[in-house]
Amino acid sequence: MADLRIKIGSLLFKNPVLMASGTCGYGSEFDDFIDIAQLGGIIVKGTTLESREGNPYPRMAETASGMLNAVGLQNKGIDYFETNIYPRLSQYDTNVIVNVNGNTVEEYTELSRRLDNLDAIPAIELNISCPNVKRGGMIFGTNPGAASEVIAAVRKAYRKTLIVKLSPNVTDITEFARISEDEGADAISLINTLVGMAVDAGTMKPKLSTVTGGLSGPAIKPVALRMVWQAAKNVSIPVIGIGGIMNAQDALEFIMAGATAVQVGTASFIDPRTAVNVIAGITSFLDGRGFATVSQITGIINRN
Amino acid sequence: MKKRIEDFTVTENRRLADKFYVIKLSSPTPLPEILPGQFAEALVNDSPATFLRRPLSVHDVDYSENTISLLIQVTGKGTEHLSRLQAGEKLNLIYPLGNSFTLPQKGESVLLTGGGCGMAPLFYLGRKVIESGAYPHFALGFRNRSRIIGQDEFRKLGEVHLATEDGSEGYRGFVTGIPAFREEKWDRVYSCGPELMMKAVAAECLDRDIFCEVSLENMMACGIGACLCCVVPTTSGNLCTCTDGPVFNVRNLKWQTSG
Repeated sequence: MADLRIKIGSLLFKNPVLMASGTCGYGSEFDDFIDIAQLGGIIVKGTTLESREGNPYPRMAETASGMLNAVGLQNKGIDYFETNIYPRLSQYDTNVIVNVNGNTVEEYTELSRRLDNLDAIPAIELNISCPNVKRGGMIFGTNPGAASEVIAAVRKAYRKTLIVKLSPNVTDITEFARISEDEGADAISLINTLVGMAVDAGTMKPKLSTVTGGLSGPAIKPVALRMVWQAAKNVSIPVIGIGGIMNAQDALEFIMAGATAVQVGTASFIDPRTAVNVIAGITSFLDGRGFATVSQITGIINRN
Repeated sequence: MKKRIEDFTVTENRRLADKFYVIKLSSPTPLPEILPGQFAEALVNDSPATFLRRPLSVHDVDYSENTISLLIQVTGKGTEHLSRLQAGEKLNLIYPLGNSFTLPQKGESVLLTGGGCGMAPLFYLGRKVIESGAYPHFALGFRNRSRIIGQDEFRKLGEVHLATEDGSEGYRGFVTGIPAFREEKWDRVYSCGPELMMKAVAAECLDRDIFCEVSLENMMACGIGACLCCVVPTTSGNLCTCTDGPVFNVRNLKWQTSG
């Protein structure tokens, strides 16, 4: 059987399939359907220093082959996380990664410092790309100076594996990929959701309380694939591909375009077993084509 | 309670009236205990327009046949697809989801109020109310006589009080105006239906200090508490309709005044 193991920074993953932040809760929501330990890792819900209520309902709208969300980082804050969620997460035999958010550079760094002390969290995903908050989030991910500043500050505060989650809502994704690498990130993950909106012609109102939200699902896959390919060609750190992956074939496309690993997101809402099925599908593809390791096909489209 | 994902087989798809259908589905494995008020997420996914699962209340459960029934109203592409399902076809469900109604004590006076598709969970709830040793009254609201559905089914379980907006059958107006609702002393009122109706029922019950639970129909993506899309403001903050609900005691809800 093909070797699916990959490395990001100094961190080993048993396979390249992770569940994306905001789509897998804290893992336990999926315990009835899958064994989380089979995954390469999970990136748990976006976390902030303080508790947040998120945006008012309605915060979701279905769209063609996708959905818009405007959850707005609802979470109970790092204190609650550490006391009530972390002990259970530390039992999972896989890489449990926390998605880190803040309004200011100071909040990002303080939260990263707190997470540096949690032994069972081997990596963080720095979210500079949330489109659904008024402050922070995407503002850092769409401004080169701000991105550079927050990544540098977190890099100083956080000693373990640092992944930076990039926004697709930029003109040139390679600029932010390079900034991440230059400021010391161990990897980049992309794409976060694309800013979109939906209108209800019947009620003549926007469908989301926030008017705009983040688009995810198969609708964004071609954009995601293009950005992953561009980013991977421009940096030497690993790229984690995200965006509309519904099955193993989608995941393989991202890997072939240059992704070292992938995250399954919205697909888990349709079938909570998707990520585990993707692992099996990648294995059978590699075995069927006679590849010994998954890394042999990483970026293979650039060589074919 | 362990959640499952399974391919059910349609055994019957019966049109009740207008745009309402009852779909009976048989499970490939022995059904787990399903509580009144719980729901299933059905996978339609036959076109790009129906990407997400559809949350549907369990209308009835028959353990001897190993079937569950769903009552649907055609409101869009997803439910339209469901309405066309034929016996023998498969439907993938994630179930049983959510919490449940709090059943009455023996002998309590119980009113179940609903309208339109919101009546879906009230039938199974009515049966469970009877099993608890209470007698269910139903206050059901419709636009007019031609929109009335399911009253014969409900009459088999208990007393039915009807309201129509145009007065073509029963009380003229909304369910909250039905004399039996206003005048009798109820120990428990349960409600599922249009949000404005549930808010009116809730206001009346809060005013009269009656125990009242409502089942909400917020839009959902995952149905299992992962996406946090279906939240409702409560006295404990934003809670997920899918996992903390769909049934809420109205005392805990902080409903906005505008629908």
